Amino acid sequence: MQQGKQRAYEELRLEKSPTGIRGFDEITQGGLPRGRTALVTGGPGTGKTMLAMEFLVKGATEFGEPGVFVSFEETQDELIANSASLGFSLPDLCDSNRMYMDYVRVERSEIEETGEYDLEGLFVRLSHAINTVGAKRLVLDTIETLFSGLSNASILRAELRRLFRWLKDKGMTTIVTGERGANSLTREGLEEYVSDCVILLDHRVTEQVSTRRLRVVKYRGTEHGTNEYPFLISERGFMVLPITSMKLDYAAAEERISSGIPRLDAMLGGKGFYRGSLVLVSGTAGTGKTSTAAAFADAACRRGERCMYFAFEESAQQVIRNMRSIGLDLSRWVKKGLLKIVGQRPTVHGLEHHLMTLQFMIDDYDPAAVVVDPVTNLTQVGTITDVRATLARLVDHLKGRKVTILFTSLTPGSADAEMTDVGISSLADTWLKLQNLESGGERNRAITILKSRGMAHSNQVREFLLTGEGIDLVDVYVGPEGVLTGSARVSREADEKAREAALRLEIDRLEADRRKRRALLEEQIARLRSEFEGEEKELEGRIHLETLKMETMFQKRKEMGISRKADT
Amino acid sequence: MDFIDRRENREESGDRMKDENNGEVWELRLYVAGQTPKSIQAFANLKRICEEYLAGKYRIEVVDLMENPQLAQGDQILAVPTLVRKLPPPIKKIIGDLSNTERVLVGLDVRQV
Repeated sequence: MQQGKQRAYEELRLEKSPTGIRGFDEITQGGLPRGRTALVTGGPGTGKTMLAMEFLVKGATEFGEPGVFVSFEETQDELIANSASLGFSLPDLCDSNRMYMDYVRVERSEIEETGEYDLEGLFVRLSHAINTVGAKRLVLDTIETLFSGLSNASILRAELRRLFRWLKDKGMTTIVTGERGANSLTREGLEEYVSDCVILLDHRVTEQVSTRRLRVVKYRGTEHGTNEYPFLISERGFMVLPITSMKLDYAAAEERISSGIPRLDAMLGGKGFYRGSLVLVSGTAGTGKTSTAAAFADAACRRGERCMYFAFEESAQQVIRNMRSIGLDLSRWVKKGLLKIVGQRPTVHGLEHHLMTLQFMIDDYDPAAVVVDPVTNLTQVGTITDVRATLARLVDHLKGRKVTILFTSLTPGSADAEMTDVGISSLADTWLKLQNLESGGERNRAITILKSRGMAHSNQVREFLLTGEGIDLVDVYVGPEGVLTGSARVSREADEKAREAALRLEIDRLEADRRKRRALLEEQIARLRSEFEGEEKELEGRIHLETLKMETMFQKRKEMGISRKADT
Repeated sequence: MDFIDRRENREESGDRMKDENNGEVWELRLYVAGQTPKSIQAFANLKRICEEYLAGKYRIEVVDLMENPQLAQGDQILAVPTLVRKLPPPIKKIIGDLSNTERVLVGLDVRQV
């Protein structure tokens, strides 16, 4: 009974028409309402036309649904040129009858109005266009232009109402675009006619950085997020960043993977990082962050997994060359297609744009490990809170995909590393701190694990050595003078050795003494025993003699009694 | 009323007129969508105005978009009825049932005699 009800309910649910636009179908749970009209509104230059165009192009190319694009503002040639910059070839689609474009020009100065009229001409054109390609999708961009071209608003409103009903009857999945008004979603109140789905696009500039946002204002019959979702328009089309992973419901992996530094693995409970965790490596300049990151990337590739390395300060070639000096040959992984190094300065784009590009690149490459070196460069393009929020989103997204992430973080020389990283350190599951210890006229690298969630990890400071054969960690000398590294450690170790040798000699000497004394004692004991044995023999002889004497005496007394016939 | 017959009549009459009036011909095209009261009204109004002000030097072509929907795109027809002045240039458009003679004359740029 309950099940039957559930099924009926499922059937009643709104059917969706996938747009094929990256991220959009995720936030709308399937796309636009099938056979209905959706309104896309926003200010000038917010990307309404591009969204609508991609909806048609993807419909024609990916979902086998031909479409009609009715433009009221741009001519066909303009549309073709604009779409080409997004990688769409409209002429091909038109030639193969998968798309039909119609430019409707409405110029008030050319039109005189006298008496009653209706928009049947538009209907005829739409109907013709739809029939020509067998369209399932339609875009009207932007129909509000009619209001500036025709003066009789009451006829227009009545006709628009009729148009939307007509489109619904025809079962066309339609996008109507509208220009955002001062106090309303659209200048002419199109939202009155389109009640099923309203999408608002926004384009704003904060601190000289532009960000595009998309919001589903209304979606009848569908649960939808009311958040603003960042999106971008790139050479690969319209992309919305779905923030679906904010729920923190990703599974926690039990699997452990190597950090690429055996001794570090040992410090991390003997097994290394958790798969799908976020590792933060922070330290001042020249403490070995990139080397640690490269070792991690190398380890991932050794396991046969793909790794993506974002180098924000060096080019790919530079990273490869530098890592060769510590015995890591990354170029072979690049050749094998297991490693992708992306060298890029983040300042080129805004933060959102940058992170989205990052995320889309990651999604395309589908790596098991991602390195961002250094993540702090992102703060140059956004405020700390912005960076934190957007990074959190990226991290959650990647964790959801079981990608192990390693961020390096550059801390300014003056500040305390443990303070400045607070912005992102709370996101990190494992936090390694690299530092330079300066003493005795030299600098030496050291590594500590500040935290590592979910594992028993070492609390020890280790000296971090970069050698031609890779990275090695060695114990530091901890004594009354503090932590000693480098040559101080070496000299301290030599001291230790000398002292040890002296002690060993002393122990040997004492041991010899002990043995000698024991021998002496044994000797004395033996002598005493032999003396005592002599005395013992003599005493035994005497005891024997005295016993004999007593027996003889007793015998004599008995014999005498017998002779006297004693009556005993 | 039958558009097609009248259209043919006009065309013939127009061709005749052309020779007699030094080539000045008003080539008008009326777009309609089916024989609705509005289109019938528009045609009647147009005919009356033409007879009165352009007698003997006009030609009217009626295009029914229901039969030839592909023609709507070429002349950018949106509303019906739409009257298009093809000649003399420039192209002018008047939409509506043409019930206001003054506006039609202004729209067609006809000098009143």
